Order: sequence, then C-alpha cells, then structure tokens
Amino acid sequence: MNFHQLSGFRPDLAFIAHWVAPDTRVLDLGCGDGVMLDYLQTDKGCSGYGIEIDDERIPQCIARGVQVIQRDLEAGLSIFDDNSFDTVLCLSALQMMKNVEGVLRDIARVGREAIVSFPNFAYWPHRIALLRGHMPVSKSLPYDWYDTPNLRCATIQDFSALANEVGLEVIECVALDDGKPVSFLPNWRGSLAVFRLRKK
Amino acid sequence: MFFAEPLKLQSGAEIADYTLVYETYGTLNADRSNAVLVCHALNASHHVAGRYSEDAGSTGWWDNMVGPGKPVDTDRFFVIGINNLGSCFGSTGPMHDNPATGKPYGAHFPVVTVEDWVHSQARLADALGIEQFAAVMGGSLGGMQALTWSLLYPQRVRHCVVIASTPKLSTQNIAFDDVARQAILSDPDFHGGDFYAHGVVPKNGLRVARMIGHITYLSDDVMAAKFGRDLRSGSYQFGFGIDFEIESYLRYQGDKFSEYFDANTYLLITKALDYFDPARNFGGDLTKTLADTRAEFLLVSFSTDWRFAPERSREIVEALVKNQRKVTYAEIDAPHGHDAFLLDDARYMNVVRSYFERAWQQIGSQQEAKGARA
Repeated sequence: MNFHQLSGFRPDLAFIAHWVAPDTRVLDLGCGDGVMLDYLQTDKGCSGYGIEIDDERIPQCIARGVQVIQRDLEAGLSIFDDNSFDTVLCLSALQMMKNVEGVLRDIARVGREAIVSFPNFAYWPHRIALLRGHMPVSKSLPYDWYDTPNLRCATIQDFSALANEVGLEVIECVALDDGKPVSFLPNWRGSLAVFRLRKK
Repeated sequence: MFFAEPLKLQSGAEIADYTLVYETYGTLNADRSNAVLVCHALNASHHVAGRYSEDAGSTGWWDNMVGPGKPVDTDRFFVIGINNLGSCFGSTGPMHDNPATGKPYGAHFPVVTVEDWVHSQARLADALGIEQFAAVMGGSLGGMQALTWSLLYPQRVRHCVVIASTPKLSTQNIAFDDVARQAILSDPDFHGGDFYAHGVVPKNGLRVARMIGHITYLSDDVMAAKFGRDLRSGSYQFGFGIDFEIESYLRYQGDKFSEYFDANTYLLITKALDYFDPARNFGGDLTKTLADTRAEFLLVSFSTDWRFAPERSREIVEALVKNQRKVTYAEIDAPHGHDAFLLDDARYMNVVRSYFERAWQQIGSQQEAKGARA
C-alpha cells in the first residue's frame, strides 16, 4: 500500500502516518483491517503488531501481511515489555474502552511516543444536537445512544488533562475534519481529535 | 520409508531399522518450496485428507482443513502427513518385531519424545529432498511438534502453525494422562505390554483411557447441550448399566477406540505429551527458549478449550513477541472445547486460509525474485 492509496482510503490515517518515523517499531491498538500497519510496513519500513478483537478483521489483517494478535485491549498489553515500541497508535478506539485511564497508562508504559485519536464530542454539530435536546449522531459518532460501542465521550480539552495525568506530554494536537486539519476553532470545528504524545 | 541408520533418542536409547509411513497430497514444485508438513495428535495418523474408498469412515482426520480448495490448498501446496514412530498406523511401533529379539517390542519399545519425532520427521524430509518447509503445522500434540520444528530446525521452517497447543502440559493434564495410563497398566489383559503373545488386547483399559480423554476434549457446555441429563430408556434403571445418554456415548467412543488403537502406543504418546517442555533446558524461560526461532508463526486457540487453554497459547505469543518474531494469533470464541481444532468454524477456517494464502504469495514472489536474478 502506498501513500496515495492510503489518502484515498483513509485521509485521517494518511495525515497521522506523517508522524510515524520510518523504520521504527509500531504497535497499533484496535488495528481494524490492518490498513495503517500495512502502509507503515510497506511504504515506511516499519514493523510491529496490531491488536484487534473483531473476528472478521483478523483474516483481513493476515491478508495484508499484518502481524495481528486477537485480544481485548484492556487485557492484552501485558504481553509487551516497557518501551518496546517507538510509537503506539490508538486510533478511534480509546472511546470504546471501559478503563480508558488504564489503557492510556499501558500505552505510556510500552511506547516512547503515542498517537491517539477519538471523535471530538465538542464538534459543533454535536453541540447543536445537544442544544436541541438530543444525543449527537453524526459521521464521526454514527450510533444511537443505546447501541453505541463508544462508551466514553471526550473533548479535545478534556483529553489533554488525562494525558498529562498518566505521564504523557502533548507534543501536538490537531483537530481533523474529513481528514483535513482544522486550525480555526479546532474544538468546535474538528470532528476527530488527534494527539501526538510523548512519555514525560 | 525404511531407515536403517540408528536414530539416537532423547532417553539415550537408539532405534534402528524403522519404517515411517507417510502420505502426500498435491505436487512438489520445481524449487521444492511448497512443502507443508502436517503433524498429528494422539490418535491420528499420516492419513490427513481424502478418502481411501466411498466409505466416509476412511476420510482423513483433517480433511476439512487440507485438500483441493481447502484452507491448506493441495492445488498449491505439497502436503505431507506422517505417522509418528511408536504410533499404530503403520510406522514402526510396539506391535512390530524388535529386530534384536524377533518378538514384538511391546512395552520395550523405547520411550519417544516430541523432539525424537521431529528428528525422525527431518530424516524423512531429507529423503524427500525438502530442505525447507513452507509450513509445519499441527493441532494439540501436533502443535507441539510444529513448535519443536521451529526450535530444532529454525532454518527449515518458514511458517510454524501451532493450533490449540501449549508450551507444556499443566499439572492437571499430566494427572489425566496418568489416570488413562493406569487404566491400561492395570488391565489384566495388558500382560506387562506383551499382550500380543497372549492373543488378547487390554480393551477395558483402553476404553476407560479413551473415555477420560474424551471428557477433557469437550467443554462442559457442549456436553450439556448435546446430552444434558437425557436418559437412554426414559427412566432410571436402578442398576449400574447405562442410564444417561452421556454414558452411552462415552462407552461407544471407548469401544470404538479399543478396537483400533494400540495400548502400548497410548502409553508412549501420553508420555511424550507429559515430557514436552522445551523451556526446561532454559530454566523455564520460554522467551529464551524461542530466541533462535526464525519462522513466522500463526497460533490459534479456542476459548472453551480447558485442556489446552488460550492462556497457554498466549504464553507462546508473549515469548515470540518478546523476541520480536512475526506472529499472528487468533483466539476463536468456540463452544466445543479442545475438539474445536478439528471442527468446521468459519472464523477459524478463514484465519488459516488467509494465512496460507499469504504463505503462497510469498512463494510466488520468491520465485519471481529468483527468475529476475536468473
């Protein structure tokens, strides 16, 4: 997979991929069909593992040549040594965790740097939905409140505080909308929050 | 295939003039890069796939996995099934004559280990001109052999596929094995292993051994769902015959097994299981044990398998990850217990299919690279 293909597929991932240095060790938590690791392996010479729970995704990862380990993220990081990865990716997965803080502490333990993304609850259409008295349903939060896998709702401002608490320093924080960075009023106009973090 | 040269065994004993029977499926390609070795578990054999006759009973033990268009596709791969030394399906075993005495080996057949089997399999591979396997695979005890290949012959295995297996038996597992052995050893028809001369078979011992084994291969839930407390004849019989369906099932399985399986082989193979513990030479450190492996790994476990539990597979995964090996791990949430590795489950089959698809692509790209160099 090359950059052009990744941009077409998943512009958000293409943006994030810039932050991963070539030839480094990467752990992708909630790696889905393995598209990000596929790109990082074939185009940037990275290596590492993906963790995924969904049965259907495992053969897709295998087909892409991604080393996938089927485990629940909240239990699965114990197999990794401290500082064993240059970068830990946790993209649009953290909000599905019950123990967000625990997973984030584990991320800080096994990685030197981390890239974490999640749907920004403070995105303006979400705020409007709430003003109208409804839980938001949008492209970035596409579920009804009663059957959503997204257990946690966070905003860009909220997340920075927690990251600090678990020993991660925010290097960069970008709000994306349709995969493009938003610089003006990011906590209003960005649907996806992306944090680049470093162990303090 | 006959081997005259003595094979030194882990116990210090030697075995010479032995035969290994094997079966192959598919065609070995010109550069001999598409061979897959399938290692069997306790009661299986070299007859992995296909049928000898119309009779469904002659179907190979992993026919759902191996064959044309199957996950391990014999239109692509050259698959070898081999019967292990000491087994009872054609390779030299306790029922054969010891050339030194002219009488059946019986209980004097040397105790063989998983490592011994792997060395003997390597000799067969040498004879077939296969320097490196595209994959060595197996489930349960077969998985132990695949793992051992990656340790003893790291350069000879490109992919190591270990299904429903473990780096060593648990205490509970050894306990079950010993109960099974005691059932055989205490059967009056066992005659210290020389029952062949007496024209009898320790059927009762084998039956009980198999019944115990069978219980441990199934999960509590699947047994309950299949048999519940159903009664054979609708009411209690107030005797010690068969009341419950589960009793009838286990006895049937035991009877069937005692008719085709050799008692000495059962003893030997359960010992091989018990002794398997490659980390023993590394102070119990599985990470160090796996440090010299070169293969890429696929591990699969099943959630309700309490005989070879997912935790055991995860230990292997963890040790491989610590060595930065290429490893893929699937944990299938199946209700069938240890038996699941022999059953059809689309998720499981898709994982193995994708993995071998990938292994096949690698063979293609290697050939292209060679072609380009030429």
